[in-house]
Amino acid sequence: MALEIIESCTSCWACEPLCPSKAIYEAKPHFLIDASKCTECAGDFEDPQCATICPIEGAILNEDGVPLNPPGSLTGITLQKLAA
Amino acid sequence: MELPVINKASAEAPKGGCSAGSCGSTDDQMSHLPEHIRQKVFNHPCYSEEAHHYFARMHVAVAPACNIQCNYCNRKYDCANESRPGVVSEVLKPVQAVKKVLAVAATIPQMSVLGIAGPGDPLANPERTFETFRMLSEQAPDIKLCVSTNGLSLPEQVEELAKYNIDHVTITINCVDPDVGAQIYPWIFWRNKRIKGREAAEILIEQQQKGLEMLVAKGILVKVNSVMIPGVNDKHLEEVSKIVKAKGAFLHNVMPLISEAEHGTFYGLTGQRGPTNEELQALQDACEGDMNMMRHCRQCRADAVGLLGEDRGAEFTLDKIESMDIDYPEAMKMRAEVHAAINEELESKRLAREAKVQLVSIQGTKTKEGARPVLMAVATKGGGIINEHFGHAGEFLIYEASSSGVRFIGHRKTIPYCEGGDTCGDGESALDKTLRVLVGCEVVLCSKVGYEPWGPLEAAGIQPNGEHAMEPIEDAVTAVYEEMRVAGKLAPNPPEQQKVA
Repeated sequence: MALEIIESCTSCWACEPLCPSKAIYEAKPHFLIDASKCTECAGDFEDPQCATICPIEGAILNEDGVPLNPPGSLTGITLQKLAA
Repeated sequence: MELPVINKASAEAPKGGCSAGSCGSTDDQMSHLPEHIRQKVFNHPCYSEEAHHYFARMHVAVAPACNIQCNYCNRKYDCANESRPGVVSEVLKPVQAVKKVLAVAATIPQMSVLGIAGPGDPLANPERTFETFRMLSEQAPDIKLCVSTNGLSLPEQVEELAKYNIDHVTITINCVDPDVGAQIYPWIFWRNKRIKGREAAEILIEQQQKGLEMLVAKGILVKVNSVMIPGVNDKHLEEVSKIVKAKGAFLHNVMPLISEAEHGTFYGLTGQRGPTNEELQALQDACEGDMNMMRHCRQCRADAVGLLGEDRGAEFTLDKIESMDIDYPEAMKMRAEVHAAINEELESKRLAREAKVQLVSIQGTKTKEGARPVLMAVATKGGGIINEHFGHAGEFLIYEASSSGVRFIGHRKTIPYCEGGDTCGDGESALDKTLRVLVGCEVVLCSKVGYEPWGPLEAAGIQPNGEHAMEPIEDAVTAVYEEMRVAGKLAPNPPEQQKVA
């Protein structure tokens, strides 16, 4: 059970201090999650903290590879608008 | 750095009334302020139209994380060629930031103020922000420290803020109504949850107002920034201005929304337009009755360095400051001398101006009958004089002359048509853009104006004038206004300006 940060991460530092299990670390070209430490915040918080503050849609995936903040969920900018 | 009180009467009566030097004067915003506030801000380039010609500021970007989302912001965007608030090319660690500040302050002794303004929210990055402030307050006690915030976590940080050299805080407040806020802020991060919609706006507004009150109670100066978003909060900002003034904010800065589609913001992609120069000015005028308004904000980058309107950031990149050897205690002596000389010059200018204000007011009473206010644009490189060629001007300062005096209204950006290509992307020529930027002005004062733009300017109802080159701006504006009065051009109805495409 671990989350994953992918390449759309802008390394904004918002998630790193929030992680209760210190699983997030600064890396190049973007921040990473140590899968052996990540608990998805179970037992600490209701919502996984990294995904809850991350401003970039699609940057954090669950263990099935599904984005926790799918396109449009944070900015309200739909795919059609992005494509236009 | 003692500044003598030379106008006790206006210092004791900061608002209302017409004490000399504060009513219809050529003076800048600072003369309206109570003396104890003026002492704090006289060398702050962001707070004073005059000080920004002499004092420099810098921002360090140490606070990349944010705890809210604004519809005018896109966290992905960062381009070295780009210049707008929040955007930055290099995020620094606190130690690097301190090194940069010491290098800049030693190289540019006019630097008086260090701000932390993001990208992100400095108070959402308390460790990084306060570590930077702590080191600076120890190593560079001659530098004023400022912080800008969205206000969400402000109340819990006020105590910590008060520990350092921070006597000014800027809070961005775009609304006091959660229904308006819901159209500006899609979400906030609050108590370990992401909260959306009206509820999010409600919490943010409550925290902002609480933070404002707490800072004022501590004697920390508060400036309020508001982004003017037509159709969203433009009507609402007058009320915001009233409320923040009543709570003790000393300055209000209404800034235009920047929403070019290529920035990829929600507003950019949904076609939300920014205000026109005229709309912005009308709102600033409407708010002015309640508040000292800031008129010369350049909406600079979060890593800007130097005087307002110029950016020397490229001289102080990480690799360059690495190789600089700074003796800061030595630099501090040199800085003190430079600052003292500037203060002396500002003071003598102020005295001269106070004498002149009386004159202008007397002239004013004579010409009051039927003399309407006139907007004039001025091309200047700074220093308070008309010293820029029309075709080289990247911006114009706008002044209003009226029977009660001359006042600075704001600045309007354009593309220098001498340098620009034929178009600026949408088929509009650079000269056309300048003409559009100058709408509402009846005169443009510059050191020189070529033959080519002369005709189009006149056709647009804007009289080009190169006769006052190298003269102080206020003197020239007063003289031209007087010429217009004598020529009978100040009848109550202004001449119709032709529509400029």
